[in-house]
Amino acid sequence: MAARRGFPGTTTALLLLLTAAPLALPGQAELQASVALASVFFWSLFRPDSMPPAVVFALGLLADLLGYAPPGVEVLTLLVVHGLALRWRRVLARQGFLLVWLAFVGVAIGAATLQWMLTSLLSVRLLPPGPGLFEAAIGAGLYPALATLLTHAHQTLAEPEQA
Amino acid sequence: MIRLSIPVRQALAKLTLPLLIAAAFGLMLLGKADALLAERARMALADALAPIFGVLAEPLSTVRTVSDDVEETFSLYSENARLREENERLRRWQAVALALEAENTTLKANLQWIPDPAPSFVSAHVVADAGGVYARAVLLSIGPNHSVQKGQIALDERGLVGRVTELGSRSARVLLITDINSRIPVVLEGSRARAMLVGTNGPRPRLIYWPEGQPPAEGEHVVTSAEANAYPAGLPVGIVHYTGNKIAEVEPAARLDRLEVVRLFDYGLHGVVPPESQSSLRAAGPERRR
Repeated sequence: MAARRGFPGTTTALLLLLTAAPLALPGQAELQASVALASVFFWSLFRPDSMPPAVVFALGLLADLLGYAPPGVEVLTLLVVHGLALRWRRVLARQGFLLVWLAFVGVAIGAATLQWMLTSLLSVRLLPPGPGLFEAAIGAGLYPALATLLTHAHQTLAEPEQA
Repeated sequence: MIRLSIPVRQALAKLTLPLLIAAAFGLMLLGKADALLAERARMALADALAPIFGVLAEPLSTVRTVSDDVEETFSLYSENARLREENERLRRWQAVALALEAENTTLKANLQWIPDPAPSFVSAHVVADAGGVYARAVLLSIGPNHSVQKGQIALDERGLVGRVTELGSRSARVLLITDINSRIPVVLEGSRARAMLVGTNGPRPRLIYWPEGQPPAEGEHVVTSAEANAYPAGLPVGIVHYTGNKIAEVEPAARLDRLEVVRLFDYGLHGVVPPESQSSLRAAGPERRR
């Protein structure tokens, strides 16, 4: 039961570590940020009990420490995404995949903008916005694949009722 | 676990998110106020991960080599012709270089030239790209009893890579010359004019502050300058290239997008001392201060 409940948090942390590994993929840093975003969004929407705010906080901290960004930026971004997903949950969870995807695209653009603004503010410098947009685009493209995998996990591995 | 009534528990659950958001802001302030704390936390995580990434890196690099090999087999013929031609050209250059070296040695002997001491270096594996979205850095795995220090200079087999900015017990982080915070005093080899090389987070850093009337020429070689005592003079950095908007950029000599092994050189330079060593110098007393 506990293992199934812990599945979303653990897999997201593992995905973060995996995307930090030396895979030498182009745009890997952006991939890492969007994987965390998509995963937190998905679980907050469909299984908020298994993705409580404290876990989101820990995941954000892990993402921050893995990179060179000012600490706290990813934490705040993920918490805001989590909050938004919770708020829209009643409406979105009943909708079809396409609408959820569209909502995620909006969230990804917003999160990338927030991240860009915070990082610029904290490093007292106007950073080029290109990587942020790229991150949002990768997130938007990645979400369908990740959601398919996670939906499958959601119904089998991570289902507390099956324990 | 403390038993709470359901309304209290619900109220607490509602409070967690705002509280944690406030904590995130607190974390940002803390990271800004005490940069060293963030750095320590980061290096502690990096120290734990570096051996794992190091183990992962080997099979991954094998996979990359194999896929490169497969790609190369398709272009063997043309590549061979190109290499043959290049080899001819380099052989002529080798003769020139050997003659110049001999001439240089005799001239130096006549001048009673004091040679620079050969710098010591250690080689380290690059185990991860550690920059994140808004920074350019790599993580190195180094042995537990290393002699690496902050501020040491990282080179790959072709040119300047960056400087060690964060140091743990098993890992080190190197800020690349392409990072937006990187500033390097350089010399344009053709005109001997000085300039600054400024990172942009893009693949090619920019040149700024060259003397008036001596703009960098397209294709000119750029090397480090000993000014500010942060770098030794003459390390190869790259080649000047103008963009469409007439901005002078430098194509780095080092292969920054596929770093595997870098050498960390100790030139004994302390021109730009990072914060932590400054405090340790202060603690060590005035006799060690520079």
